[in-house]
Amino acid sequence: MSTAINQISPAAPAISNSERRQRPAKPVATAGVHYRPQTLLAIPVGAAGSLAIHYLVPKSEAVPMSTFFPKLLCAMLGFGIVMALIYPFSTRVRKWMRHMCPILGMATLTTGAWELVTSGLGLLPLPYFPGPEAVIAAIIRDAGLIFDSTWHSLFLLLSGYAIGTCLALITGVIIGWFPHARYWGMPLLKVVGPIPATAWIPLAMVVAPSAMFSAVGLVALAVWFPVTMLTASGISNTRTSYLDVARTLGASRFYLIFRVAIPAAMPNIFIGLFMGLGTSFLTLVVAETVGVKSGLGWYISWAQGWAEYGKVYGALVIMAAFFSTIMTMLFKLRDRVLVWQKGTIKW
Amino acid sequence: MVAINSAFKVGNEAAAIRVRHVVKQFDSPDGGVTPGALALNDVCLTVTAGELVCIVGPSGCGKSTLLRMIAGLNAPTSGEVAVGAELIQGPSAERGLVFQDPSLFPWLTVRGNIESGLVARGVLGRMRAEVDDFMRLVGLEGFANSFPHHLSGGMAQRVALARALINHPRVLLLDEPLGALDAFTRMRMQDEVLRLWQARGTTMLFVTHDIDEAIYVSDRIVVMTQRPGRIEQVIPVELERPRDRGSDAFLRLRGKILEIMHFAGQPMAGNRT
Repeated sequence: MSTAINQISPAAPAISNSERRQRPAKPVATAGVHYRPQTLLAIPVGAAGSLAIHYLVPKSEAVPMSTFFPKLLCAMLGFGIVMALIYPFSTRVRKWMRHMCPILGMATLTTGAWELVTSGLGLLPLPYFPGPEAVIAAIIRDAGLIFDSTWHSLFLLLSGYAIGTCLALITGVIIGWFPHARYWGMPLLKVVGPIPATAWIPLAMVVAPSAMFSAVGLVALAVWFPVTMLTASGISNTRTSYLDVARTLGASRFYLIFRVAIPAAMPNIFIGLFMGLGTSFLTLVVAETVGVKSGLGWYISWAQGWAEYGKVYGALVIMAAFFSTIMTMLFKLRDRVLVWQKGTIKW
Repeated sequence: MVAINSAFKVGNEAAAIRVRHVVKQFDSPDGGVTPGALALNDVCLTVTAGELVCIVGPSGCGKSTLLRMIAGLNAPTSGEVAVGAELIQGPSAERGLVFQDPSLFPWLTVRGNIESGLVARGVLGRMRAEVDDFMRLVGLEGFANSFPHHLSGGMAQRVALARALINHPRVLLLDEPLGALDAFTRMRMQDEVLRLWQARGTTMLFVTHDIDEAIYVSDRIVVMTQRPGRIEQVIPVELERPRDRGSDAFLRLRGKILEIMHFAGQPMAGNRT
């Protein structure tokens, strides 16, 4: 039914408020473009405000000699002005700006507030709370080592996550499908599973041939538990009518497991993958801090040892970008695999 | 798998369903202290090849249980069920099944759902052309790439019918297939089922709780009673198709069946056990 409706007017169900407001303008190219101050001025105002704080408020600390922060603010100001000039000419730009400009403007202004509180008024104790200039300078000056650490973290995370997921899918399907495996496997899973992977660190350090192996193993373990649990419950809760229908269509056991139970369990499996990703970030950072002498987790504790808090915050910024990129990629994969689902969770 | 090969040399006689003295007692819920519910008691039924037989009866009379046993999904406690000369040991592609809930695989498109029978039997490559035929047969050519959640109830049930028919089953078992549809869609779908039946000559056993529906579509109506489930009476429907739902003969038959069911419902139930 709804498909038929979609075919008649493809855009009808998906009109958001902003699009609706723009609709009357469509026939004439630019004449009726609606200029909203919060869209056009957000970034320039945010950047200008931060620049004003930077140049007008006297500095209370011995400011680093670099000028990366004001340059970044100028770039933001330029970007905001250019976008505002393009605004009347492209519908796509308009749509993007309406969505993004307020948040980008607010983010820019927040960095100004940060500078005001730290380097400007000196309200927070040093060296624990450096201003934005110190953090940006740390990222740029230490880019080589940060890049190297990120690369190491990525390698450990992906190999641990991949190994853990593969093992979990195998054990999850076996426990979920075969009642005997369920009888023997479930108690083990229920007792051992909830132990945080990081609690195994003392054992992992003894057993594993190298610190890297132990870190990969711990990340794999952190992923393994939630993915196994959710896969097993997804498989064993497959609707019996799907299995009954498949049987009357001549399905073999292979078909029942791989073409019915696993697809039916996919939404559950993805919940497990998301939970596993969260715990694997945590485990990775802890494992890097105590065992492996590389990676972003190690970098943070190393910089802290030298009281270089600019570097600590710099690494946190990179880590946030790094982890949220991976999370976004998993969401994209999920949307692709689960296109058949009715509603999707937003990220 | 032997059964699938033999489907090519089906004689008309072979498609008959024979149910002989079937008893079905469910396992008791308390582990044997009290006997489990007796779902079916000594049921005998023969359906000849190419026939469309409806089973009507109050809920809990074991109609669905009987259908599941013919499908091979449940085994009878005693008695035997056979299709043609072959005793039923388990489910097979020879006996298609359609539920009240279409139970389409939500992760497959309409085309994927209709194909699934061929994929399950590993013959998709050989019989791909059939998929288009069956989509046309149920009038869903334009929806090949839609997912089930986009379909209305009637459309979904038509996909379920095509999915069950693509394996060319000798017998099609329908478990209240139109029960969840609104009255108008249901009447349209009754014609659809009749059209498919006439086009394909499949033997159909159609469970319903709608007496009008039973009279409209079937050759014979099996009336069942409750607790334990038994066949009360088998009534032939000797009306010309297409049938007029308002004709005197139709309404007389309706009254007769209602009378049987009412009569069967109260005073007899106690005497049976």
